[in-house]
Amino acid sequence: MTNHWVDIKNANLIVVMGGNAAEAHPVGFRWAIDAKINNKAKILVVDPRFTRSAAVADEHVRLRPGTDITFLNGVLNYLISNDKYQQEYVREYTNASFLVRDDFDFNDGLFSGWDESKKQYDKSSWNYQFDEDGYARRDPTLMHPRCVWNLLKKHVSRYTPEMVEQICGTPQADFLKACEMFAETAAPDKTMTSLYALGWTEHTVGAQNIRTMAIIQLILGNIGMPGGGINALRGHSNVQGLTDIGVMATALPGYLGLPNERHVDLQTYLNMSTPKMTGRGQVNYWGNYPKFFISLLKSFYGDKATPENEFGYHWLPKFQQMVDAMRFIEMTENGEINGFLVQGYNVVACMPNKHKSIRALSKLKFLVVIDPVASETANFWQNHDEFNDVKPEEIQTEVFNLPSSLFAEEDGSITNSGRWVQWHWEGAPPPGEGKTDSAIIAEIMMKIRELYEKEGGRLPEQILNMAWDYSKKKHPSSEEIIKEVNGKALADLYDGNGTLILKKGQQVSSFAQLRADGSTACGCWIYAGCWTEAGNQMARRDTADPSGLGNMPGWAWAWPVNRRILYNRASMDRNGKPWDPKRQLLHWDGAKWTGYDVPDFTAAPPGSEVNPFIMQQEGVGRLFALDKMAEGPFSEHYEPMESPIGTNPLHPNVVTSPTVRLFQRDAAELGNTEKFPYVGTTYRLTEHFHTLTKASELNAMTQPEAFAEISETLAAKLAIKSGDMIKVTSARGFVKVKAVVTKRVKQLMVNGQPTEVVGLPIHWGFKGATRKGFLTNVLTPSIGDSNTQTPEFKAFLVNVERVS
Amino acid sequence: MQVNRRQFFKICSGGMAGTTLAALGFSPSEALADVRAYKLLRAREVRNTCPYCSVGCGILMYSRSDESGNVKESIFHIEGDPDHPVSRGALCPKGAGLVGFVHSKDRLRYPEVREAGSKEWKRISWEEALERIARHIKEDRDANFVETNANGVTVNRFTTTGMFACTASTNEVGYLTQKFVRSLGMVSVDHVARI
Amino acid sequence: MSLQTQDYLARSGTNALTPPPRARDAQLKVAKLIDVSICIGCKACQVACAEWNDLREEVGFNVGKYENPLNLSSETWTVMRFNEIEENGKLQWLIRKDGCMHCSDPGCLKACPSPGAIVKHANGIVDFISENCIGCGYCVTGCPFDVPRISSHDKRAYKCTLCVDRVSVGQEPACVKTCPTSAIRFGTKEDMKHVAEERIAELQSRGFANAGLYDPEGVGGTHVMYVLHHADRPELYNGLPKDPKINPLIGFWKGIFKPLAAVGFAVTFAAAALHYLAVGPIDPEEHDEEEKS
Repeated sequence: MTNHWVDIKNANLIVVMGGNAAEAHPVGFRWAIDAKINNKAKILVVDPRFTRSAAVADEHVRLRPGTDITFLNGVLNYLISNDKYQQEYVREYTNASFLVRDDFDFNDGLFSGWDESKKQYDKSSWNYQFDEDGYARRDPTLMHPRCVWNLLKKHVSRYTPEMVEQICGTPQADFLKACEMFAETAAPDKTMTSLYALGWTEHTVGAQNIRTMAIIQLILGNIGMPGGGINALRGHSNVQGLTDIGVMATALPGYLGLPNERHVDLQTYLNMSTPKMTGRGQVNYWGNYPKFFISLLKSFYGDKATPENEFGYHWLPKFQQMVDAMRFIEMTENGEINGFLVQGYNVVACMPNKHKSIRALSKLKFLVVIDPVASETANFWQNHDEFNDVKPEEIQTEVFNLPSSLFAEEDGSITNSGRWVQWHWEGAPPPGEGKTDSAIIAEIMMKIRELYEKEGGRLPEQILNMAWDYSKKKHPSSEEIIKEVNGKALADLYDGNGTLILKKGQQVSSFAQLRADGSTACGCWIYAGCWTEAGNQMARRDTADPSGLGNMPGWAWAWPVNRRILYNRASMDRNGKPWDPKRQLLHWDGAKWTGYDVPDFTAAPPGSEVNPFIMQQEGVGRLFALDKMAEGPFSEHYEPMESPIGTNPLHPNVVTSPTVRLFQRDAAELGNTEKFPYVGTTYRLTEHFHTLTKASELNAMTQPEAFAEISETLAAKLAIKSGDMIKVTSARGFVKVKAVVTKRVKQLMVNGQPTEVVGLPIHWGFKGATRKGFLTNVLTPSIGDSNTQTPEFKAFLVNVERVS
Repeated sequence: MQVNRRQFFKICSGGMAGTTLAALGFSPSEALADVRAYKLLRAREVRNTCPYCSVGCGILMYSRSDESGNVKESIFHIEGDPDHPVSRGALCPKGAGLVGFVHSKDRLRYPEVREAGSKEWKRISWEEALERIARHIKEDRDANFVETNANGVTVNRFTTTGMFACTASTNEVGYLTQKFVRSLGMVSVDHVARI
Repeated sequence: MSLQTQDYLARSGTNALTPPPRARDAQLKVAKLIDVSICIGCKACQVACAEWNDLREEVGFNVGKYENPLNLSSETWTVMRFNEIEENGKLQWLIRKDGCMHCSDPGCLKACPSPGAIVKHANGIVDFISENCIGCGYCVTGCPFDVPRISSHDKRAYKCTLCVDRVSVGQEPACVKTCPTSAIRFGTKEDMKHVAEERIAELQSRGFANAGLYDPEGVGGTHVMYVLHHADRPELYNGLPKDPKINPLIGFWKGIFKPLAAVGFAVTFAAAALHYLAVGPIDPEEHDEEEKS
């Protein structure tokens, strides 16, 4: 979230699209209701289904799963052609005025640079025009035909209300009603907040869904504003934290990158990773990359990291290709993987195409599952009739099940969607012989070290040089670890004037204190400040709200540097006048910016040329994404890989995303409308959390058995009554579930054809306290977003039959 | 209000014996009555954060213990933390049922192994589990570690064993996991963010 | 602890000659206000209720709707009821938390023959003292909202206590505390009526001309009230009775026979119930359906 949960109360319009906040984040949604009651806000829900969010919304507008970009580009077209945007914000704070290279183009579904033989883009034309000093050219009048604004205007002009109706199945009147609601927040003193979640990410064009809304929020002037922002409602309780810590194939903590094969040495890595300033006089904060990275190496390798050995740079692995979850399963199925450690991740239940996951796990030599409860993943080799139709004797995988603690049985911090890092305390020990997750990792690590120390092996120093200076090596305490993450001075640190900032050994209080010379260590630069010399900032419990805007600066600690609203400098004009006096966060006190939040800015005074988006090379919000996205610098509608219309009305020659992540084997498991005429979409219900809560009887009671939701028209056509058992089939397999026939799912008219949507909640399986059932992910296709490799769970094709 | 047939039968069959007793004067008319005793009176209260979604609601966990030496603590009730600025004491149905997750019948209690081709779990000691897992990892790493690529660039990576991390675990576990995987040269790494 | 400490206003099966102690009745009346218009039907209240009260319903089945557990029972004291209505092309999903209304004039208490099995506290809470319950089921008949349930295990009647154990030590009921959207509020009845007025004005400003408070007079008002967007048609909310009244039979025999001994009381009621069954407008099919669900 650029903003945070309580801040939703400041919104005038709450758009719930690409998520279902009332069901998936009910307690966060209380602030949407608060806005409605106390701020006269409206709630707009755009969703294929009439959800529990829709039940309390002012408007619900339907669309077909997988067509969000069409809808949002349609909104952009409406806003631009009706002059409903915040002009000063667009001119000053976005790259609307930047000139784009003459060879950038978009034609018949493809951006310039497409190489059909390689199936990839040469992105060199997706860039600005630069002057002789290397700064981007601008035209603040927005008249130049090559400025971003005019290119954007042209790009979205194809998304007329008629086109929206044709692709999304949204009646024009409903669409226009939604557009008017968006348009109202173009006023500088009105804000809209966008609440989205996996309903946007879990598509082949997931990241572009979000980008399209980000463009809308930028032109409405809603980024950096209390009650505004682009707010990812993250899934799991610490998915934000684990992402921050970078436990991913090609990531390191703090959004630093794991070196790849082109990064042959430290200097090359730093040169390629550190962005150059492209706007005159701008901040380009990522220019500090070397400080963050060297401090990380010092945290990893301690005294072993020296300038002579490039701070241990070569002990980090360099990747050849990204082995993310989907590629990992693919490689496992290919027999290229031997071992797999799974920590609290129900792979069989959660990855797409369950049969593929089972085939893959069956090829492993060993599988280690670390989990507090029995999962389908640990038990994948068990036969559970048609729920899990496998032959144990044919599966040669050795499986270990290690009992871990859960939240109540450990101290530590987790990071919520609003970037609040909150400390929690242990209430009881785990049952039986269970151990905490950190103890389990540490004990495996110590055992491996023992073996390497005793027997030697391949590059033992990679293992032995990793710093492990915990007082109990087999049971590091959370306090010790998070202090290490926060970072400390390794020598006395002085500022430019020779004043002592920190003594050797003291905790740093901000990433601004980090150095690239090895005199500081920091495990995750954005977490610098979470545990300072003043103690554990994450455990703070001051509920005071001095601004009345809900920022609660004394509650827990938010990264970065306890900032509650990102880009908050953009809540004021260039001269420091707030766009809305009622939402004033910051002011200039004559020497610096100060106020109710930590300024996301430098000490540049009012009226300076320093732009507010200081993490960007040019300091402005990007309507044009340069080369950062796989599919193109603007967003374009591409059909889901399994499309119910089989064409793309915008450009029939390019139906689906040209850059989609699809492995050959999986391409053979795609279906078409002949056999699978209906659109399947999966989701969560309020009562359950994925497959975790099914272990709890209290939750099992409230939604005990798997079901699918279908419209009254489809039910009538197939002679299905509510409560009947139905069989839902895709090209990957089938599930049998109860039918819930409802008015909340409706037939849509798409491209002139009646189109049915089948809703498939995901909470049941062959383990747990609920009724035994099929895993819904039997049905879903193994296809990924080309930017994030997130699987497509939201739009695929199925058939439905009644089981007699 | 209608009295339907089933209800009537309930009244007659289920109720008559008692009613008759009561009618005959055996009802405990002067019996003492009270509201149920408040169950949190001396329970130990510990603050935590709900582990399900990313709202991060504050919770209060109550265990039957005053932390005296002879007691094994056990959490018997969990409700919202009213001080928490986001949740203000509220919890959704998932969070309200957390005590059921803590005491789930599916909780694992000791290490187990399922041998290749076997149909069942076998209880093993931690020592055996750790020995065998460490041995597996070392054997695979020593067999498949790549020091340099075809161009002679040092890459020091280990691809053939992978790890997926949990996103309900703490930042501290995340950081320890990051150090663990990179210290082995592992690059086949992911967590639940993508789903 | 004796009855005296409980500040009861009324107890079942007790004749007017031996009223409960009355000296300390000057208590503020409490009320729970359920704002249906901001309820998201999440069932947090159901789970919090089961958790706090140590109730575990059997894990059931899906029968083609969101309700689960499907109905109130001795182990389920509150359920969310869902109803989809489509009017003028606009779909509404009306969701109502169902459970004991804590009537000021409780039909269950009036009907109950067992001394002290049902009590009304001075703060308005109507509670079942299960150890005094004889399982006759008259409370079921007496309730105009179809709330009490007889346990098949111990043949005693159960229903929502308004978390009297929490309220009596100064806390709010578990369902109130847990409600994510503040659709359930708790306070004095007067304050809750004031909150309701504000909510109703807000709903009217959003076009719900018939928004209103549900605090039915036929049972003397209730200590669980609803804000409804369609207060003119409470029956839209899964059959919330428009004008609930205590079964006239109960009023009848209460009036005539109250001084009589329990024997006569019980026999008379059984006969009256039989009589009602014979002449009343019964649809056995429909009730069988209900029993199954």
